[in-house]
Amino acid sequence: MKNRPLLYTSYAGEMGLLNTRAKQLSVGLMILVALVLPFVLDDQWLSLLAICAATAIGAIGLGLVTGYAGQVSLGHAFFIGIGTFTAAVLSGDPNGRTLGFGITNMLIWLPAAGLVALVAGIIVAPLATRLRGLYLAIVTLGLVVIGEHIFAEWSDVTGGLGVGRPPATLDVAGYHVGVTDSVGTKDQKAYWLMLILLVVFALAARNLARSKVGRAFTAIRDRDIAAGVIGVNLPRYKTIAFAISSFYAGCAGALLYPLIGFIEPGSFNLGMSVLYVAMVLIGGAGTISGAIAGAFFITLLPTLTRQLMPLLPFISESSDRIPNLLQLQTILYGVLIIGFLIFEPRGLFGIWIRIRSYWKSWPFSY
Amino acid sequence: MSNVLEFHDVRLAFAGVKAIDGVSFEVGEKELFAIIGPNGAGKTSIFNVLSGVYRPQTGRVTFNGVDLIGKRPHRIAELGLARTFQNVELFSNLTVLENLMLGRHHHLHYGSLAAIAWWGRAKRQEIENRQRVEEIVDFLELEQWRKVPVGLLPYGVQKRVELGRALAMEPKLLLLDEPVAGMNLEETEDMARYILDIRDELHLPMILVEHDMGLVMDLADRVMVVDFGQPVATGIPADIQHHPEVIRAYLGVSN
Ligand SMILES: Nc1ncnc2c1ncn2[C@@H]1O[C@H](COP(=O)(O)OP(=O)(O)O)[C@@H](O)[C@H]1O
Ligand SMILES: [Mg+2]
Repeated sequence: MKNRPLLYTSYAGEMGLLNTRAKQLSVGLMILVALVLPFVLDDQWLSLLAICAATAIGAIGLGLVTGYAGQVSLGHAFFIGIGTFTAAVLSGDPNGRTLGFGITNMLIWLPAAGLVALVAGIIVAPLATRLRGLYLAIVTLGLVVIGEHIFAEWSDVTGGLGVGRPPATLDVAGYHVGVTDSVGTKDQKAYWLMLILLVVFALAARNLARSKVGRAFTAIRDRDIAAGVIGVNLPRYKTIAFAISSFYAGCAGALLYPLIGFIEPGSFNLGMSVLYVAMVLIGGAGTISGAIAGAFFITLLPTLTRQLMPLLPFISESSDRIPNLLQLQTILYGVLIIGFLIFEPRGLFGIWIRIRSYWKSWPFSY
Repeated sequence: MSNVLEFHDVRLAFAGVKAIDGVSFEVGEKELFAIIGPNGAGKTSIFNVLSGVYRPQTGRVTFNGVDLIGKRPHRIAELGLARTFQNVELFSNLTVLENLMLGRHHHLHYGSLAAIAWWGRAKRQEIENRQRVEEIVDFLELEQWRKVPVGLLPYGVQKRVELGRALAMEPKLLLLDEPVAGMNLEETEDMARYILDIRDELHLPMILVEHDMGLVMDLADRVMVVDFGQPVATGIPADIQHHPEVIRAYLGVSN
């Protein structure tokens, strides 16, 4: 029996998350790499990876509503903003320039940020139950525009455009993660915290995806009329998709800005929404691991292109010369999105599947 | 004999096209009722009215005494009405098992939070319902395709999976829209056998829309002929075959 890895002796075993040897090995390997990284990378890289992990939580959220349920949303930045400011207000200094309640414990402000964004998602969801495809995309775009305006104007909460406010404090039940101490540097500790949170959020999303809820999402995405006829309550599940996606967005925003150190109210714009859509598409819509891969890829891309700069002497670092680094990055994003959509619609996930099936049948070529 | 379904004087028009023009019929418990008629006669429209996809302008439809008009499709599904589609409407990215599990959707009673934790109720119900799905896999002989995305399956097998998805709903009335259209002889015979098994073993009343006259005459208890949205005749197969209006309206055309 041991030598027949594809033989299952119970449904529970077959339905497990890590139900194949390959999955067990690859997840084990990833955990090992994640554990070793803090000892080989410097703080700057660890800080960047922590940002990647927080971003990935947001990308998973968009992956649920857009990748799984097929509801194209350009409003993700709006929900990220709501979570960011909810956390910042809760944990903010009561005597500070901007509104603050001094509740610095992450165990309180993180769920609160998620829940406030979730409520906003539920309020917006009726749009999704009435509109489809491009119409929904355009209306959610309107959401970002409204959000940008509110964030710019409501300076008691957001600090105002160009001024901003401090983000939430990374304090877990009294323990300060954001300061260097005997346990480790602040970047090392932030890396660990974000990694653990990413694993928790990813597992939760994976469970949701394999449940009746995830199946209903996919059914709505692939054929909404048939989904209704077999018993899926369309308005209900579209609302659930928006609610959970917004919860993830809210949490991601709340976690992301403490790592960056500062909130600029103008950053929750269409550009941010589009980047998240790019993460989901490049990673592979309809998979959790794809959303994570996409988030890491897109977040690391600017740093990676900067590392390549010495190889491209004709590209300028300063933004007032042409061609410059920023232009290169923007063009790269565009080319990548178009390239993936045309050549590998399953995204990074699709490439991984190809590599995996190659090694499964190795040394035979088919 | 009490009726499972009563369809009374239903009219449905699309911008001038009378898709259903005053059709009435009823289906008794355990009855296999067939609807035949040329292309565009309104057969699929009748199914769409029954499953809540279209809302007729007038008429009354009751299913086990419950009024169906104005009810949304998922409510009608919960009441126990299941159907297949003329052009297969499976979720082609999902595997056979996942498609069948979707048929179990309203038999799974756990919420999103339980799903996220994959704990207790959620896990237990998934396993229980997976067992029900395996019974259908056995019944329809789908074992070898369990984990194959249905989009990759041959057309004949897809039709069978769609029948399985409808059966997974544990319906009280099953609607089959041209279940053997586009199938070869062997596949048609298999499908006929499944339909007979469903009637004899599950005692499930069915409405069968079909072009294949031989199949209808062999299987159906009663047949209704429609043409241009209007009922032409209703009766047992032997009578329908010799009905002059029917020969003119339907058999004459297709032969
Ligand atoms: N959604 C729709 N919009 C416009 N016309 C329709 C629609 N559905 C069906 N029809 C028309 O109603 C008539 C009956 O169609 P249908 O019920 O599909 O026939 P059948 O299944 O018997 O071939 C046809 O003339 C068809 O064009
Ligand atoms: Mg038809």
